[in-house]
Amino acid sequence: MKKATGRVFRYKDNVDTDVIIPARYLNSSDPKELAMHCMEDIDADFVKRVQPGDIIVADKNFGCGSSREHAPIAIKAAGVSCVIAETFARIFYRNAINIGLPIIECPEAARGIQAQDEVEVDFDTGIITNKTRSTQFQGQAFPPFMQKIIAAGGLVNYINEKESGQALNND
Amino acid sequence: MGMTMTQKILAAHAGLDHVQAGQLIEADLDLVLGNDITSPVAIKELEKMKTEGVFDRDKIALVPDHFVPNKDIKSAEHCKCVREFAYRNQITNYFEVGEMGIEHALLPEKGLTVAGDVIIGADSHTCTYGALGAFSTGVGSTDMAAGMATGKAWFKVPSALRFSLIGKPSRWIGGKDVILHIIGKIGVDGALYKSMEFVGEGVKNLSMDDRFTIANMAIEAGGKNGIFPVDEKTEAYLKAHSVRPYRIYEADPDAVYDAEYIIDLGALRPTVAFPHLPENTRTIDEITEKVPVDQVVIGSCTNGRIEDMRMAASVLKGRHVARGLRCIVIPATQQVYLKAMEEGLLKIFIEAGAIVSTPTCGPCLGGYMGVLAKGERCVSTTNRNFVGRMGHVESEIYLAGPAVAAASAVAGRIASPEQL
Repeated sequence: MKKATGRVFRYKDNVDTDVIIPARYLNSSDPKELAMHCMEDIDADFVKRVQPGDIIVADKNFGCGSSREHAPIAIKAAGVSCVIAETFARIFYRNAINIGLPIIECPEAARGIQAQDEVEVDFDTGIITNKTRSTQFQGQAFPPFMQKIIAAGGLVNYINEKESGQALNND
Repeated sequence: MGMTMTQKILAAHAGLDHVQAGQLIEADLDLVLGNDITSPVAIKELEKMKTEGVFDRDKIALVPDHFVPNKDIKSAEHCKCVREFAYRNQITNYFEVGEMGIEHALLPEKGLTVAGDVIIGADSHTCTYGALGAFSTGVGSTDMAAGMATGKAWFKVPSALRFSLIGKPSRWIGGKDVILHIIGKIGVDGALYKSMEFVGEGVKNLSMDDRFTIANMAIEAGGKNGIFPVDEKTEAYLKAHSVRPYRIYEADPDAVYDAEYIIDLGALRPTVAFPHLPENTRTIDEITEKVPVDQVVIGSCTNGRIEDMRMAASVLKGRHVARGLRCIVIPATQQVYLKAMEEGLLKIFIEAGAIVSTPTCGPCLGGYMGVLAKGERCVSTTNRNFVGRMGHVESEIYLAGPAVAAASAVAGRIASPEQL
């Protein structure tokens, strides 16, 4: 998988999917339109400042609340290359993998990265490098079958390739 | 090592004799659910798959409820997409305006969810059906699409927290006070990735509606699912609502739990979650300051069932909502609406100065039917008080059960019925 490199947007605990993409915009499911309102209720400047490749770093329970897949879709369509957090809410975690938004759990990295830092993530090794502060962290690598889903470009492609995804139990 | 209720259900649906926490499995699904927000995304994904239609037209439920009746043109287009998909694939359980209700109140009422099922839904409050002794959990639209196509989903088998309930709740205490108390205790990520298993002799003192409310908010503690054992009340409910056979799974005596909590229902006090997280709970006795309120909402998948309507009506009867306050009552399903009418509850609400709406999720997620302006405060029986959830980012939501919500509507400030 390609490495992610970008500048960091830093958030705290319990970033919920209502602030990632407020429900008033859920009358659309168009990724471009959703991206225009990404993080609007927690960081009104996010959309103006985000550059392709940028990285979101947060503390505990990122993506809690509603199951709206619109949340990782909005983040991905805004150009974010990876989300690093101490922990993720479980539905957001599934959704991100299923749509091909790379995410990685790493409490140490969350503590050692500040806003505006330049960070690189190597998904093959799980190593997160803070280039600004010259520090490195070992993130949790995905289980093999999740790597297959991400490598296939999401769950739909994975199922298309596997037809029924029967190999799960053998991984 | 023994298995929990959840683990036993998952093992049976994966064709395995035994599973353990952390194991990745693929399970057969008894029901796949979606609404008007999540289904259009799922339908788009499903159409990219190399499959012919859906795995079983009887095991899919499509319930437009969030922005229904259509709140604007874009929402109408989404509903049209869901409707056309349902007709094209001859989906048995598609619920149009007129028969629809808020999904998690509707499906148990229609008998589509029974004990022992494995259910996924593209809505986070799908965990509600754990009240019936089922494993049910929220997923996103892509998982819903995969579930509709294959009838299967992958899961990481969860470990569990055990909540032993003892005692009997007092007059104004309902399921909402129980679950808010628990979330206040363990935090909004206190059950992250885990099952919340509610057991003990206190369970028999909780009605089915109380149990639906408690299981419904397992997600607000980060839980993968919430689940109750099946007892006489559950079986009576299942027999009254469903013709489907059900199966009872009990935890092994040597099942392992990450932690155990004892909750004395008799000691609970009316509980309110302050902005902006469901874990910011205070009992009514701990609220010493006056908190003026602009709006009260009584409804939702959490508290829109008939007992919630009765509880609210018992407070509002012969009283009037405070001048300048909007009180919005939303029965969760057509059946609840009809029953509330037959029991004279709607008359009580209207005479008290409240409005009564057709079923919709509307205000809970700031969609419509009660959006908040800057600086406004709402006491709501819904499930989330996040920043901007019901409207302006500078509005405030206080979560409570129907008794406190109704009393607050009368008092014009946060209050319990005892204080009126």
